[in-house]
Amino acid sequence: MVEYQNIFTQVQVQGTPEWGMDDNGKMMEERVGKPGFSTLVGWLGNAQLGPIYLGWTGLVSLLTGTLALNIIGLNMLAQVGWSIPEFIRQLFWLALEPPSPEYGLSMPPLADGGWYIIASFFLLVSVMTWWLRTYLLAAEHKMGKHVAWAFASAIWLFLVLGLFRPILMGSWAEAVPYGIFPHLDWTTAFSIRYGNLYYNPFHCLSIVFLYGSVLLFAMHGATILAVTRYGGDRELEQIVDRGTASERAALFWRWTMGFNATMEGIHRWAWWFAVLTPITGGIGILLTGTVVDNWFIWAQEHNFAPLYDGSYGYADYGSYEAFIGKEN
Amino acid sequence: MLPKWFNDWNRDNPTDIYGPAILIGVLGGAVVAAALLVSWGQPFATSSLQTGPRGTGMSVPEFNVARLTPDPDIENIIEDAPYVPEGGEPLAKDIYQNVQVLGDLTEDNFNRLMNGITQWVAPDQGCAYCHGDGDLETYGEDNLYTKVVSRRMIQMTQNINENWSGHVNANQEVGVTCYTCHRGQNVPSEIWFRIAPVNEAVEGWAAVQNRATSISQSTSLPSNALETYLTDYEPVNVHDLESRVSGIIGEDVASIQKTEMTYSLMNYFSNSLGVNCVFCHNSRAFYDPEQVTPQWATALLGRQMVIEMNQEYLIPLQDVYPAERLGPIYGDAPKAACKTCHKGYQQPLQGTNVIGDWPELATTGAPEYATE
Repeated sequence: MVEYQNIFTQVQVQGTPEWGMDDNGKMMEERVGKPGFSTLVGWLGNAQLGPIYLGWTGLVSLLTGTLALNIIGLNMLAQVGWSIPEFIRQLFWLALEPPSPEYGLSMPPLADGGWYIIASFFLLVSVMTWWLRTYLLAAEHKMGKHVAWAFASAIWLFLVLGLFRPILMGSWAEAVPYGIFPHLDWTTAFSIRYGNLYYNPFHCLSIVFLYGSVLLFAMHGATILAVTRYGGDRELEQIVDRGTASERAALFWRWTMGFNATMEGIHRWAWWFAVLTPITGGIGILLTGTVVDNWFIWAQEHNFAPLYDGSYGYADYGSYEAFIGKEN
Repeated sequence: MLPKWFNDWNRDNPTDIYGPAILIGVLGGAVVAAALLVSWGQPFATSSLQTGPRGTGMSVPEFNVARLTPDPDIENIIEDAPYVPEGGEPLAKDIYQNVQVLGDLTEDNFNRLMNGITQWVAPDQGCAYCHGDGDLETYGEDNLYTKVVSRRMIQMTQNINENWSGHVNANQEVGVTCYTCHRGQNVPSEIWFRIAPVNEAVEGWAAVQNRATSISQSTSLPSNALETYLTDYEPVNVHDLESRVSGIIGEDVASIQKTEMTYSLMNYFSNSLGVNCVFCHNSRAFYDPEQVTPQWATALLGRQMVIEMNQEYLIPLQDVYPAERLGPIYGDAPKAACKTCHKGYQQPLQGTNVIGDWPELATTGAPEYATE
């Protein structure tokens, strides 16, 4: 019986590196890097690192992505007068901001959002070529395109935030700043500005799918680990040839909650929950400011913002003097 | 390392020492922790001030340690009952020269107030801080900027107590004196100067935000919110009052950036009073006048009051101050805002009545002395 010897992976395989197929004798040309092994990496997954297939999509994506990141970083550095200590100190506060509102959809000066537009362009190229890479690699492996379409759902939200919605609103200033705290400021301000995003039903759906994804992930992972001793970790085999592992897992959930997914269907559940999170979220963002300007009032008009009985202000619940212990 | 007989004995007599050790350790630790909790109390206990209907989550929580500790500045409030004039007393303007604001006070009350101001503002320097080192005859001179400024500050205090009673006496008679801001210091704490733009090499919105500064309260929100909203009557509200409105962003309807400006100001309000959003708002609909607390109106008045203080009293003094009293970047006059008085408390000095003994500061007209 193999013991747990590490964090996530039970057994590390280290030996002659595995190179993958080379059925036409030319495919090795496209694979970059001499493969090696890392015990540290093996704790988390496969111990083998490399080789990697970059292709033109990977190269373009890495180059434009690096360019975008450098434009963002150098802009931050310029904002602190090229002082490295100040850059490190203020790193979480700094941002490359979108243009000021007065420029609309025109090209602003470099110092007032121009660099943001340039960085966004390169980021767009980077993300889209990386998506193409996931599609083309899947095609080369004769796989389904599930990874590419799932990635595309995340890109949908990214494009809504940075491209589609700003164009519909007529101003690049509506885009999200590139910065740690500043993008959180944007998120809060966005919710406040449009009358509380929690009353946006698509925001609700997105949260349901997000938390649902987490729940499904935990349930599925736990179930498979729990029936690994009966061969349940060989999920593909269990899908076509159901064994006692699948039977036990199914029985467990059916007895627990009256319903169980199947060995194959659980992966569709997980995939759709994950994919629907950014799809519904993106719809919610796209509608905000374009179709609905105040979600709380919209919710009142559609009768799902409840009224609460009771007074506003602490005077009806106690006194400030009592709160600070001046009187009983 | 250990002697052979010891290792041999251990091998022949296997004993589980870890189980009992862990058991005793856990039990002993629990007993110690329980004893500490019982004798010293739960160190992180909190209490909440409910501010709205049940179900809305409207409450202001605070650690008991901080909540039950009185503001240490309350101890130094001066109680000095006025001399009720009976008529015929000599007046300050008859005795002293150049008494422009307080001339109609009786000599006793005038000197009582002068003494109070000295303790509030210049307890270390004494009378000389404003009147110089000369003899009593030179006290009428306006040679020192401190005297010119304090005359204007007396007028400002009178104006606040008389015309902004809705803010400073919102709950009960509290009022303000010099001490409310100064707390024994020549220059009050928590004054502010203009600092925006804060970022180099950028213009527009990018230049005024995304830096941890004193005015942004160490957030990445804009650092020009106080100058925008507390020196002029720029609208703070950003919401549309219908579910669908038309208009151009930044012209007819508020932009995201404008919202961050409001957020920066509101965050400053919160920090100044040591409260959170729901002290005034129901956060599910920040703008809705039907879901705000009475404190919301008090804060609204407070903002108007601060704008007037800055516009009418503090900013016009810019040319009177020496350079070391002016702002480090723009040489602008020191300005006031919520925190200058509140100092992190819901009510300055926790709502202690400071004006009771000082009717001279409570009005721009003749003081009303309480007659026994």
